[in-house]
Amino acid sequence: MLIEVVNVVILALLAVTALAAVRLNDLFAVTMMFGIYSLLATIMFVVLDAIDVAFTEAAVGVGISTVLMLGTIGLVGRRARKVSHRPILPLIVVIITGAALVYGTLDMPRFTDPTAPVHQHLGPYFLNESPDQIGIPNVVTSILASYRGYDTLGELAVIFTAGIGVLGLLGLRRRKRPGHEGGAR
Amino acid sequence: MNDNPVLRIVAKIIIPMILLFALYVQFHGDYGPGGGFQAGVIFAAGFILYGLVFGTEALRSAVPPHILRIFIALGLVLYAGVGVTTLLMEADFLAYNALSQDPVAGQHLGIFLVELGVGITVGAVMITVFLGFAGRNDP
Amino acid sequence: MTIAGLYNYWIVILLMMTGFYVVIASGNLVKKIIGLNLFQASVFILYISLGKIADGHAPILQAGISNYSNPLPHVLILTAIVVGVATTSLGLALVVRIREAYDTVEEDEIHDQDESM
Repeated sequence: MLIEVVNVVILALLAVTALAAVRLNDLFAVTMMFGIYSLLATIMFVVLDAIDVAFTEAAVGVGISTVLMLGTIGLVGRRARKVSHRPILPLIVVIITGAALVYGTLDMPRFTDPTAPVHQHLGPYFLNESPDQIGIPNVVTSILASYRGYDTLGELAVIFTAGIGVLGLLGLRRRKRPGHEGGAR
Repeated sequence: MNDNPVLRIVAKIIIPMILLFALYVQFHGDYGPGGGFQAGVIFAAGFILYGLVFGTEALRSAVPPHILRIFIALGLVLYAGVGVTTLLMEADFLAYNALSQDPVAGQHLGIFLVELGVGITVGAVMITVFLGFAGRNDP
Repeated sequence: MTIAGLYNYWIVILLMMTGFYVVIASGNLVKKIIGLNLFQASVFILYISLGKIADGHAPILQAGISNYSNPLPHVLILTAIVVGVATTSLGLALVVRIREAYDTVEEDEIHDQDESM
């Protein structure tokens, strides 16, 4: 029962934070809202039993993302200009898309339903076979590193590529002189 | 922030703890929540805190960029290297069972090495990205 | 029961559309990237909501517990979060370079400068 109440409250707070982030034009405030949003999402993940994910989101979403965005704002300035044209068209697009998605959820299995299709095939297989085949208690780690090892290798390659991309765009060494000198070297 | 003594002393106390915690998360990931991705990010967070408090120049001398670049590649090579090793042992790519006589021990070893590779690359990339953004402002 | 059972999905859709709105309505490139991140985090919450089982436990095996939440969505999202921050940093790096080249991060001003060249 407690979990349901926490679930409802945290999700409502998430919605409020996201809407506040839309209305603000000070990028510093928007970034802080995003930090709060990530923190609330972390609490959601703990409530929904995803401890490993909560761990990652706490370190990445709340910590590193916020620091990177603040670093960018320090370089580009914190004022976003108010939208000059009227936001009617984007609003219509968003409402139509949202309505279509809400219609789509009506067929979905209800929240926490143990008979949902997603809990019928691979999930139980991993939970039942992992102790004998892999022999470690944390099933998330055993799926991540062993059953889905190819996938994780690919993800690591994406992170590697993104790192190389940032290295190429911004460079790491101290720049000799300020101005429009290229960062890649 | 260089002249704030409270910040400097608190940072000096908690940075070693952050790094130690990252190592715990890395090597205890089989038994509790944790693993390479989390450990790499937490490890990088320790260095980023150091960079924020003591300046990017200090961070750059603590972890020189050419070392970082080696580590970015090293993690991925370690991961793919485990796969190539299993190939050479006449098993499938990343089939850790071949790494040892006992399949479960092979899985343990394989997961340990692979998670280590993930942790190294993720940590190095995060520090690199932070240095890229924060170092851009330097005179 | 229907509303309680679908509440999570509806809030996720609200968050998703909020992020989508920021991406298409805001002219500031940094705010667009923050909007993308809002969108992305809503997808994370959707996946983790799908993995939850009533009275389930975190998928770390212990003696005496047999009811675990589905670990597969956790794995997918765990890697997606870290990949997400890596791609976000690449986007922000591009924004920094655009600012250095155009001296602005507002989309329409960049467009005007391109037109007048």
